[in-house]
Amino acid sequence: MNVVSFISALFVPLFIVSVVIYGFAKKVPVYDAFIRGARQGLPTVIRILPFVVGFVFAIRIFSASGCFEYIAAALSPLLKPAGIPPEILPLALMRPFSGSASIAMLSTLFQRFGPDTLIGRSASTLMGSSETLFYTSSLYYGSVGVKQTRYTIPASLISEVFGLFSSVLLCRLFFG
Amino acid sequence: MVSYMWAFLIVVGTVVGIATGKAEAVSQAALEGAQDAATLCLGLIGAYALWLGTLNIAQEAGLVNSIARRMRGLIRWLFPSVPPDSAASGFITLNLVANMLGMGNAATPFGLKAMKELQALNPHKSRASDAMCMFLVINASSVQLLPLTVIALRSAAGAAVPGDIAITSLLATTVTTVTGVAMAKILRRLYP
Repeated sequence: MNVVSFISALFVPLFIVSVVIYGFAKKVPVYDAFIRGARQGLPTVIRILPFVVGFVFAIRIFSASGCFEYIAAALSPLLKPAGIPPEILPLALMRPFSGSASIAMLSTLFQRFGPDTLIGRSASTLMGSSETLFYTSSLYYGSVGVKQTRYTIPASLISEVFGLFSSVLLCRLFFG
Repeated sequence: MVSYMWAFLIVVGTVVGIATGKAEAVSQAALEGAQDAATLCLGLIGAYALWLGTLNIAQEAGLVNSIARRMRGLIRWLFPSVPPDSAASGFITLNLVANMLGMGNAATPFGLKAMKELQALNPHKSRASDAMCMFLVINASSVQLLPLTVIALRSAAGAAVPGDIAITSLLATTVTTVTGVAMAKILRRLYP
């Protein structure tokens, strides 16, 4: 575990150093090439800003209204017989929408139930099993002007349902 | 789809919020959300400039294309319409590698570059190509090898072995990635 996180921490500087050395070897004027690329930093951020604002404020409204909890309460009679603890449902619903909000939900679950319980471990596993879907879609598609996203959302949501079931199942198997 | 989703969040959130006596919280959430989003974006300028600069060295040195060539087998299977040694497939590979290593702030600029290249190959500019759908589905399924943020949170919450969920997370994310790819391959026939 420590070895892996050490390698992860090393990766950023190693990646940059390797690219610079590779550039030198290929006789690229590395500093000028860097500046040409870095010049796109600000325009890229300005291009994504409206998508991020539009998305974050909408999700905050929905979240503040308590809707995630209401939907979770409505779904729990369906999922409880399948062995899914209803406490992790709000997190499962939030996960595709927002990374930062689901992190906040995860730490609330840790406070209420403890990290070393089935709920705590399933929630941790669920959190690591998928990424924010709606935000990434609106950003990536929005940046190139694509309107019809076809099967992106359905395919991802189906895979997240599989993720929810397998997270709980795996934690039951591994941690009893 | 995104429009409906967005309108749904705002309309349902506002109506439910007012009906349950949380009007104040909802209006505060909207303003704070917008402010936080802008702050978040401004905070990204430096990281994006750094990654886009580094990426440009890699591109001018031919590294992006050579990485793409190395991953040709996988890319050809996942993205049959993308030429295997094109810049598009190089950016896709770099985005996936950055995601695997949990480098979120590098993955996004790489991903935006990949989308730009995929859009150049896309015959219908307002409609997502199969390659774009596959790319987004894989991104949403998470390919991160070690969930560092979750482990840090578990450690802060006093877990006995904070990293004990690394193996279940890796298995669960394999499940979501495999089902995501399979669903994308199956559903593509149903969406013209």
